[in-house]
Amino acid sequence: MISHDILVVGGGLAGLSAALAADQRFSTAVISRVHPLRSHSVAAQGGINAALGNSPDGRDDSWQRHAFDTIKGSDYLADQDAAELLCQKAVPAVYELDHLGVPFSRFPGGVIAQRPFGGAGLSRTCYAADRTGLVIVHTLYEQSLRRQVKVYNEALVTKLIVENGKCVGVVIYDLATGQIQPIKAGAVIFATGGYGRVYLKTTNAYINHGSGIGIAYRAGVALKDMEFVQFHPTSIYPKNILMTEAARGEGGYLLNNKGKRFMTDYAPSAMELAPRDIVARAIQMEIDKGNGFEDEYVLLDLRHLGEKKINKRLPSIREICLKFLGLDPVEKPIPIQPAQHYSMGGIDVDDRCATSLKGFFAAGECACVSVHGANRLGGNSLLETVVFGQIAGEEASRYLQGLERKEPSEKTFLDEALAEKKKIETWMSRTSGEKAHHFLNRLKVVMSAKVGLFRTKKELKEAIEEIRQIREDYGRAYLSGICLRYSQVLVNLIEFAYMLDLTEVITLGALAREETRGSHYRLDFPKRNDTDWLKHTLVTLKDGQPDVSYRPVKVTKYQPEERKY
Amino acid sequence: MIYTFRVLRFDPAKDESPYFEDFQYETEGKKSLLEALMDIRNEQDPTLSFRYSCREAVCGSCAMVINGKFDLACRTMVDSLGSSLIVIEPLPNLEIQKDLIVDLEPFWEALRQIEPYLLAADHRPEKGHRVEDRVMEKIDQFANCIMCGCCYSACPVVSRDERYLGPAALAKLYRFVRDPRDKRGFSRWSRVSTETGVWGCDTVFRCNEVCPRSVRPADGIEALRRRVVLGKIKRLFKREK
Repeated sequence: MISHDILVVGGGLAGLSAALAADQRFSTAVISRVHPLRSHSVAAQGGINAALGNSPDGRDDSWQRHAFDTIKGSDYLADQDAAELLCQKAVPAVYELDHLGVPFSRFPGGVIAQRPFGGAGLSRTCYAADRTGLVIVHTLYEQSLRRQVKVYNEALVTKLIVENGKCVGVVIYDLATGQIQPIKAGAVIFATGGYGRVYLKTTNAYINHGSGIGIAYRAGVALKDMEFVQFHPTSIYPKNILMTEAARGEGGYLLNNKGKRFMTDYAPSAMELAPRDIVARAIQMEIDKGNGFEDEYVLLDLRHLGEKKINKRLPSIREICLKFLGLDPVEKPIPIQPAQHYSMGGIDVDDRCATSLKGFFAAGECACVSVHGANRLGGNSLLETVVFGQIAGEEASRYLQGLERKEPSEKTFLDEALAEKKKIETWMSRTSGEKAHHFLNRLKVVMSAKVGLFRTKKELKEAIEEIRQIREDYGRAYLSGICLRYSQVLVNLIEFAYMLDLTEVITLGALAREETRGSHYRLDFPKRNDTDWLKHTLVTLKDGQPDVSYRPVKVTKYQPEERKY
Repeated sequence: MIYTFRVLRFDPAKDESPYFEDFQYETEGKKSLLEALMDIRNEQDPTLSFRYSCREAVCGSCAMVINGKFDLACRTMVDSLGSSLIVIEPLPNLEIQKDLIVDLEPFWEALRQIEPYLLAADHRPEKGHRVEDRVMEKIDQFANCIMCGCCYSACPVVSRDERYLGPAALAKLYRFVRDPRDKRGFSRWSRVSTETGVWGCDTVFRCNEVCPRSVRPADGIEALRRRVVLGKIKRLFKREK
């Protein structure tokens, strides 16, 4: 049986950061459903925030200002001590990335270039053209080769193995062999990313089903603030590929069908660079008012930036438009609409990335510290992955040092793997039923129609009923004529159980939270309510049922105030 | 419009040799080849296997050969092929693991051989490295590489000599040699001055041609050759002095 001291699940930025930070005396391995370079982190375009103060408009920037912007951007739901930690660590983290080889774009004089992003009011976002995620993933992967980190590719983790209250390993489906097998681990770090694919319109990769979050939930770990789902304002219509916020940071306009920069009506001061929740809602309201095109989209206009600047700063944006839309943004504005982009919520962890389950840690998008609260600022997610990925690696190492390790019984592992095998055999033994992609489509329709940008009690209640109905039908799922090697159909069916869990948790949290905060907009409760709702939602599985509880937000020195941009 | 997707199928566990299978597929508008393959898998044959992830030409998963042309399935629009017959094959010169999934291990192994990571000086400058943008621009195109394997698979030298490091790895090496932050010495990297390294290249530029990210790996190989020659001459002079 494969055995490691530290097992990192997920080969994106948080996972690679964790693996690189783990104490080298321990045997560390990364296990990922795709090769690390295929992780969704590569799709991050715009940049990573750190108060370097390199830009002329940002000379007096400081980590404290970064923390304030992050907290205000979060609509005061972020834990302020954690946001401060994130922003304090941002500056050394970016210099470390530079030293590891990230080819950042530069200002004259050779310092790392910075551009303005939403919710900041100055240039704080470090970047490498519009492929920042790509180059950081490649750099960290390269460093993992240097350190000879063991990587298991193309294996889906299907379950956590817990013995005597400790996480002792995982069960995997190995795509290459088609085998279900257990892996032993002293500590497990989840860096499994987000769940965008539970929505019809998402900027996320096809692999972002979010099963890691559901696996943690099934192991009894709480999920936090799951009702906060970020919709990115600008994804291309109709394929919903991301058009980076940097397009607006570099000066792009948003125009409605009257040719008006409509953000004047929603955020007269910050305009296109208001935080994402505000811009995404503004776009959808314009479309709903009939000010869009084909009732589907508005325009992102880059033409005034000129070909030279577009080629230098936004080359991938141009390439994507040319290839996927047959449209050149140098000559024509880009049709865009909001699409699901990011999960502020996730596996409940403290600022050491520890969960309530001993030996189980989480970092990156799958986790919720919380630093993003009710709305994440652009440029803070890459930052979170490197800062908290590193903390997770260090803390898992520290946990192992203090641990008296008792070899868990072989039987536990074999039993867990056998149970997974049985589940698959049951699906295969059926002769009829609903297929995996039908379930997935049904769920996406419900989430998009009823748990989207604008929410009401009535629709959320209906959504919960419908999710529960799909769950019932999923109990009769079947797999026909399947080959177990490299079966994405099997992957989808395994993951679907966890997608049901996490969508139910999102919806329950959204239904309970009778206020509007950040990305969570309730048409029936359109105001923020700090008296009753300045608290985190926690949903835990108790006796097979979701149990909702709350925890106060940690406030250090920033008193909640009205958010105006 | 109705298309015929002629897909190469192979399961080494049960098939003696690869074979083509036809699928009829109807679609209109800007449908990507990847979306079409997923529909075919969902509706017609759940055993059809292929890799995918980002669907926006940045993760490098879905490289394959489409009507004889190397490309990413996600960025290839079905209606752009100008043909109702679409022949889809896995990347050549690599072992097929199943259908369109190939074993990229030789490609990764070549990459590992060139020490594909920045070797910066031990001292980390407190305020970051100072590097001019015009210098970084020289490695820009190589930083655009997504390691999809198209160039490696299309390379005629790789096809006849599996020891050849191939375009992607050598271009990656150049990216580091050219990076002012990198401190690897000449003798360390010039180990690639061999027939399985920089001198193996046939300069037929298949790599430049097939790259879906507009990288020109051969530029890197050529530049490495010049640096090898220059470096050797410099050393010769030093010795004579």
